[in-house]
Amino acid sequence: MVETSSVPLTGPQGPKPRKALSRRNVFLYGTLLLITLYYALPLYVMIVTSLKGMPEIRLGNVFSPPVEITFQPWAKAWSEACTGLTCNGLSTGFWNSVRITIPSVILSIIIASVNGYALANWKFKGADAFFTILIFGAFIPYQILLYPMVIMLREMGLYGSLGGLVLVHTIFGMPILTLLFRNYFTSLPEELFKAARVDGAGFWGIYFRIMVPMSLPIFTVAMILQVTGIWNDFLFGVVYTGPDTYPMTVSLNNIVNSTQGVKEYNVNMAATILTGLVPLTIYFVSGRLFVRGIAAGAVKG
Amino acid sequence: MNNSVEIKNLDLHFGAVKVLQNLNLEIGKGEFLVLLGSSGCGKSTLLNCIAGLLDVTAGQIHINDTNVTWSEPSERGIGMVFQSYALYPQMTVEGNLSFGLKNAKLPKAEIAKRVKRASEILQIEPLLKRKPAALSGGQRQRVAIGRALVRDVDVFLFDEPLSNLDAKLRAELRVEIKRLHQKLENTMIYVTHDQIEAMTLADRIAIMRGGQIMQLGSPDDIYGRPLNRYVADFIGSPSMNFFDGAITNGAFTVGDLTIPLTGYDFVSGGPVDGAATLGIRPEHVVTGELVENEPIRIDVDVELIEPTGSDKLIDCEVAGHPFRVRMDGQAQVSVGEKLRIGIDPARASLFDAATEVRL
Repeated sequence: MVETSSVPLTGPQGPKPRKALSRRNVFLYGTLLLITLYYALPLYVMIVTSLKGMPEIRLGNVFSPPVEITFQPWAKAWSEACTGLTCNGLSTGFWNSVRITIPSVILSIIIASVNGYALANWKFKGADAFFTILIFGAFIPYQILLYPMVIMLREMGLYGSLGGLVLVHTIFGMPILTLLFRNYFTSLPEELFKAARVDGAGFWGIYFRIMVPMSLPIFTVAMILQVTGIWNDFLFGVVYTGPDTYPMTVSLNNIVNSTQGVKEYNVNMAATILTGLVPLTIYFVSGRLFVRGIAAGAVKG
Repeated sequence: MNNSVEIKNLDLHFGAVKVLQNLNLEIGKGEFLVLLGSSGCGKSTLLNCIAGLLDVTAGQIHINDTNVTWSEPSERGIGMVFQSYALYPQMTVEGNLSFGLKNAKLPKAEIAKRVKRASEILQIEPLLKRKPAALSGGQRQRVAIGRALVRDVDVFLFDEPLSNLDAKLRAELRVEIKRLHQKLENTMIYVTHDQIEAMTLADRIAIMRGGQIMQLGSPDDIYGRPLNRYVADFIGSPSMNFFDGAITNGAFTVGDLTIPLTGYDFVSGGPVDGAATLGIRPEHVVTGELVENEPIRIDVDVELIEPTGSDKLIDCEVAGHPFRVRMDGQAQVSVGEKLRIGIDPARASLFDAATEVRL
């Protein structure tokens, strides 16, 4: 070591001091706070209203917290609220949505990940043309395909059933999910794939043993995208299912928009929150992974 | 047949880009061949073709006297080591080593035996239960070599295996690879852009440029008798000094300088008059007391000095051409001084000015 001796210093030294209440900080945090309030306020109103009784709501104080907290509107929204003739609440719709979402999500992710893997690593003849067509599919408005889809499902005998809707969701999720997986697999080092081929692993061997274990973030992203998208879907739900198989969003609409009797704002608010709870939970549970996956997969490619 | 790998009339095109053109190469059993070239010369592409990771456009590849042109990489009897190590991140070192053997459906006992042997040779036994993320660069590269080792193959392919390591570690692992080759005595094909690696490791070096082999020969041959100007310029650091002049009456003239070519070993037998390029390596220029023993002596002005510790590189001018001289690191010299240098034409290289081929 070279010996050094400390010399007394004058003037600025070390880190530059920063004021906590600088103009920059006030502006930055002020803006953030304002935007947070703007987005959080409607949720607050919904929660507060759903916990009030109808007499209290009629007083018109939208922002005031409930004087007497009641969970009765929530119970009613879940199991008693009326849609037209039946009065089963949201529960039927909820279970329908579960039965639609789970198979659609699993099926679309499995197919899209294999698609993306094949497109990224096994360049086959016409791969680029296939990919272009698939991406083009992402830009076709769904409305154009509604009626042809009805005919197709009718011919296949799936119209009005949950299976038909699962098929529709799987197909419509394909372009964006394939793009997502392809870009992620492309970003993985190519030498890994080569090494696995030298090691004698085949198409499925590399997929299951090398690619999938490295792709947890992108699978999470795909799952969140699909769960949120399919759960929140209204258009396909209302077109391709019947009253017995309506998903939750359609039930919600029927409850909120029913024109008979008094408008029960507290029940409507509770029903809306209940419907939104599933995507919300998914996001809170895996939000961190979501951000990481988006950063890993979607940027490059 | 004594050849381990034979490449016959190999072509590889990516669309309109011809990466490899009519390439022929024979590699003997147990030989250490280095493919050397600057980036984009097709050396890695050639290695990928041998490995079977790229489909060739035309031609054949034979390994151990079997035509493997259409075979899968795993069926070719090769092991490969990559620049980025390419270890499977979610598997332990043991898992990485045994992955290929499991795919080949080898019995458990045999897998354990081979993993044990490879980890003993490479001294990675204490690391077997660790994941690649918990290893240093040098350890990772050892594991990557181990993955090729357990396959018990005759041909090892190295794709710039040391380029990601720092200089000190690179020198250490270079020695280890050389030792490994002496111990295993199998064929190794090694791609690098580092000429020191190439010179130290190779039995033979193939210098590539634009998908073609410019020269194939022993390190001594390539260094001492480069077949063309490209190879002469590429090999050696600092690079060779060149003079564009002409041969007249058995002597090389450039500007007002005439160098008699007595002692130069002409490829064609004798000097032919015409435009030519003379190349002299900076380390073949003599300075100090021994100058008077050299056939040609010139006085130059020292323009710039680059000390590297072991050597001093002197920039000067000879016959209007920039000229570099290597001196001993301890030599006392300063800028602006006169320096007397000596040159021996027997150690120089002469090239045809038009074809750039050695004369």
